[in-house]
Amino acid sequence: MFGKLTFAAVEQGPIVLVAQLFILFGAVAVIGLLTYFKRWRWLWKEWLTSLDAKKIGVMYIIVALVMLFRGFTDAAMMRTQQALSVGASHGFLEPHHFEQVFTAHGVIMIFFVAMPLMFGLLNLVVPLQIGTRDVAFPFLNSLSFWLFVAGASLAMLSLVIGQFAATGWLAYPPLSELAYSPGVGVDYYIWSLQISGIGTLLAGINFVVTILKKRAPGMTLMRMPIFVWTALASMMLVVVSFPVLTATLGLLFLDRFGAMHFFTSSFGGNMMMYVNLIWTWGHPEVYILVLPAFGVFSEVVSTFSQKRLFGYTSMVGATMAITILSFVVWLHHFFTMGAGADVNSFFGIMTMIIAIPTGVKVFNWLFTMYRGRVLFKTPLLWFLGFVALFTVGGMAGVLLAVPGADFELHNSLFLVAHFHTMIISGVLFGDFAALTYWFPKIFGFRLNEVWGRRAFWGWVVGFMLAFIPLYILGFMGATRRLDHYPAGLGWHPLFIVAAIGVVVLALGGLFQVVQFIKSIRERAQTMDTTGDPWNARTLEWSVSSPAPFYNFARIPHVHSRDAFWEAKHEKIDLAENEPYTDIHLPKNTGMGIYIAATALVFGFAMVWQIMWLVVLTGIALVVLPVIRSFDEDLEYTIPAAEVARLDAAHASTI
Amino acid sequence: MSKYTFPLLMAILAAIGALAFFLGGNHIVLLHPRGAIAARELQLMETAVQLMLLVVVPVFILTFGIAWHYRAENTRARYLPNWDHNVMEEAVWWIVPMIIIVVLAVLTWRSTHQLDPYRAIDASTPPLTIQVVALDWKWLFLYPAQGIATVNYLEIPEHTPIDFEITADAPMNGFWIPQLGGQIMAMPGMVTHLHLIADGPGTYLGLSSNFSGAGFAGMQFSVQATTTSAFTSWATRTAHATTTLDFPTYQALARPSAHNPPTFYALSDIHLYTKIVMQFMASSSPVR
Amino acid sequence: MKSTPVLLTESNDLTHTHEQSDTAVFGFWIYIMSDTIIFACLFATYAVLHNNTFGGPGARELFNLPFVLTETLILLTSSFTAGLGILAAHRRNKPQVLGWFIASLVLGLSFLALEFHEFSALIHAGHGPSTSAFLSAYFVLVGTHGLHVAIGALWMVLLLVQVARKALTETNVRRLTMLSLFWHFLDVIWILIFTIVYLMAFV
Repeated sequence: MFGKLTFAAVEQGPIVLVAQLFILFGAVAVIGLLTYFKRWRWLWKEWLTSLDAKKIGVMYIIVALVMLFRGFTDAAMMRTQQALSVGASHGFLEPHHFEQVFTAHGVIMIFFVAMPLMFGLLNLVVPLQIGTRDVAFPFLNSLSFWLFVAGASLAMLSLVIGQFAATGWLAYPPLSELAYSPGVGVDYYIWSLQISGIGTLLAGINFVVTILKKRAPGMTLMRMPIFVWTALASMMLVVVSFPVLTATLGLLFLDRFGAMHFFTSSFGGNMMMYVNLIWTWGHPEVYILVLPAFGVFSEVVSTFSQKRLFGYTSMVGATMAITILSFVVWLHHFFTMGAGADVNSFFGIMTMIIAIPTGVKVFNWLFTMYRGRVLFKTPLLWFLGFVALFTVGGMAGVLLAVPGADFELHNSLFLVAHFHTMIISGVLFGDFAALTYWFPKIFGFRLNEVWGRRAFWGWVVGFMLAFIPLYILGFMGATRRLDHYPAGLGWHPLFIVAAIGVVVLALGGLFQVVQFIKSIRERAQTMDTTGDPWNARTLEWSVSSPAPFYNFARIPHVHSRDAFWEAKHEKIDLAENEPYTDIHLPKNTGMGIYIAATALVFGFAMVWQIMWLVVLTGIALVVLPVIRSFDEDLEYTIPAAEVARLDAAHASTI
Repeated sequence: MSKYTFPLLMAILAAIGALAFFLGGNHIVLLHPRGAIAARELQLMETAVQLMLLVVVPVFILTFGIAWHYRAENTRARYLPNWDHNVMEEAVWWIVPMIIIVVLAVLTWRSTHQLDPYRAIDASTPPLTIQVVALDWKWLFLYPAQGIATVNYLEIPEHTPIDFEITADAPMNGFWIPQLGGQIMAMPGMVTHLHLIADGPGTYLGLSSNFSGAGFAGMQFSVQATTTSAFTSWATRTAHATTTLDFPTYQALARPSAHNPPTFYALSDIHLYTKIVMQFMASSSPVR
Repeated sequence: MKSTPVLLTESNDLTHTHEQSDTAVFGFWIYIMSDTIIFACLFATYAVLHNNTFGGPGARELFNLPFVLTETLILLTSSFTAGLGILAAHRRNKPQVLGWFIASLVLGLSFLALEFHEFSALIHAGHGPSTSAFLSAYFVLVGTHGLHVAIGALWMVLLLVQVARKALTETNVRRLTMLSLFWHFLDVIWILIFTIVYLMAFV
């Protein structure tokens, strides 16, 4: 009746119990508050069923921040364990638990924090920057978001019922095969990534089409803001690489569920093929995350230097070069698997070549500041922190790209320090800069500067304390994923410093929470009435803050790169005095939630092999989109007169 | 940015550096190679870092120099809000990194071939073959010529090239002795190769670099490099060990267990290694 | 800064729907591209594993070329009729659209029946997908294509119902266009399967 599911799946000892209670308490608190304040209807109508890209963007970011809390807790547990578990002491985590923690940390941080932060930004910014009212497929957008939520929920569910994978975040076989991982952990891993991965793929298609087809008149490709270019590059990578992830996890699933032999040790299976396939997705994934962050930095540097972006054409060329090169470097993740010297050298050299366009980007940013008027607002600080840390991390990266050196550094904590440097300084700092920069466009007021700075220093100092020791530990021969190590290797003091670093990082996060609360309470002082709080350059700043639900009352016409900056300085109307017209916007629908909820149950049933439920939800997954296809009443219209009235109301506040 | 910022960051760096070097300077094993391969790999890292510093140092100086000089308060600095393009300058930062990468690429091509783990080491002494099996969760070392086997303990003669043949009867592991040279993966049903040499006697750390399950942390072993005569006498003594290793005893040993102490066997089945690899093959298909 | 623009009240609905159709078809092309990559992975997997028979029978012993050639011809014909159906749709000729697509559907289902027969014969002879890596790769590559054909057939039924119940609206023509794109795409994939899996086995 319930497949492999028994009551034993929820009983897992005190530490997990605390986490379970925490989740339970959180859920009860949220439900209670919503009921008490009678906000259910509002939540459902205004947010959950909304097809407005800006609202979907905000929801992406909220879920990402919740998951960031979970991922950070995992990190803190790991570093605490490693600070304690030396010699005779074995710390507070059993190996089996420690393994799930580091697997979950990697999976959550990449798939359920970095990805949704990036998609949140794209939703908030791309339609506004290209001068359109919404993405190409608004319903698909909602579905993508809810599939991501379903995937994240399934991963969280593994904490309450059963277990998560204990294999490392890429679940290399044969460890992830049934023979070595008979539990449901790997199945949770597979299905949470499959469900959210489908969402990601759909979102990728959606944004490629949006950017290529929905730009305002006059916005040629070479007039797009750089953030849109990087978003386009990133989404093209999604479209090309996520199918590889889907296929690879699908094959792993068939090995486990269908007793097939793609990656098994015996029967002719080939585990090295999994490693090749997963990195064919995995390496572009890094650029999927970091390219939009590069775009953010481009916008931020230009705005806060009050100067045009230097070398736009170079920037576009560099972005495209990185996009293409990211597909021919995957083997550098496993030089040590015994490929020949020719193959290893080829992939090593290709990897180093990526350093060229990346370096070009850095120089272009520096020369954007050159002969500018640099304002040291929080977003610019995140940028400076990024340049400093990313350059060091990049050096470590080039070192790892030399096969001869990689043999000594691979899978050590040096590697861990390297990619955390790249992702924290590149992706996370970029996202933080973006959130500070675009916050007023979404909520109508700026974030507190003082606490923003404090948070920045918390993150930078915390980062140094947490990760410099890891670089050194790598040179001491410390490998990743150790739940215990012998005394006498000299590792212990550095692990303690790293654990202190985690505390400082947490402080940085706490400062951000304070910043947020303080900003809300003092919003009267930072209210943005102009729509253009930073004296910025691109179209999103030409509309009121918060941006109206239809984005643009009249679609702007674009004649140059920094269209809004030009219009501001030449005092021209961006819409060229065109008439107001009726605006068609998509109606809200709960179908995205229904499909994703069904997918969640389907995934859960697959994990526990409750076959009747698999069949039932499988049929529902076919029927629900069919029902949607019969619905032809999909849009509502705002009459031109109403648009004109709303627009005039905004104009009067400037 | 406050005036305390820079000193604060430098103090943190200095403190971590001091901690690392004074409490454990000699523990930074990669800086103390004890084999020719490890020494060359360290040298390679040094050269690569020096090359990269040619770009990185200017970037650091430029970043903070430019940001500071062109701060909005400094109204004496030139302000050209529309200056966004300069072919010469952009050419410079496309071409200079390219030159450095070309140099690095040549270095990479050469070093990768010289340091290919599959390449035999040129030495006057004939090489010693050791067969390595990663098990759940311990290392088994077979010395076919000496007729001995050990668990979680490796003894090798100094100045003798060691030809490691590596496989696993467990999930993927990584065989790594940092002070002697780089690592290579150990995979079931497959044989990978690694050539290392110890330049002097000593005790070195060996470990698995690739996570393989619950007992992974215990997959560390000590490597004892000794003189050739000491090695020979150790091998002879071990060959007379009371416990012998054949396929049935191997199968008992291969069952999962963690934190195994060093154990010594006389190797009674000289084809044991082939049998371990062949377990994963169909009886009629050829060994790869 | 802004002068007051006039209001434009007449409907611009037609261009609006037409633009949406364009965008949707473009989006569908991109989806097909990503689906191609799934197949590329499965082809690569088959290429790597096709000799790993683990002592069992290989492609040459198991496959029957004339049988597969029949399957191929049936699928190609169904693609051809779907093409004629789309031409009819552009002429807004409803009876012809229904006729051609029903023909495609019947041919598609026959293809599936043949494939089902081939698979079940293999499994009954003890050559199921868990026998060896080669057979895993074979069943999953060919089966994934079959699954796509089944989904295409289901979609075709759905569209036939929608076209029969309503007229050939802009939306329905767009959906038919996308379906026929999908159907031709599956044809191309099948040609590759026919060549790489079946023909190459006998070279």
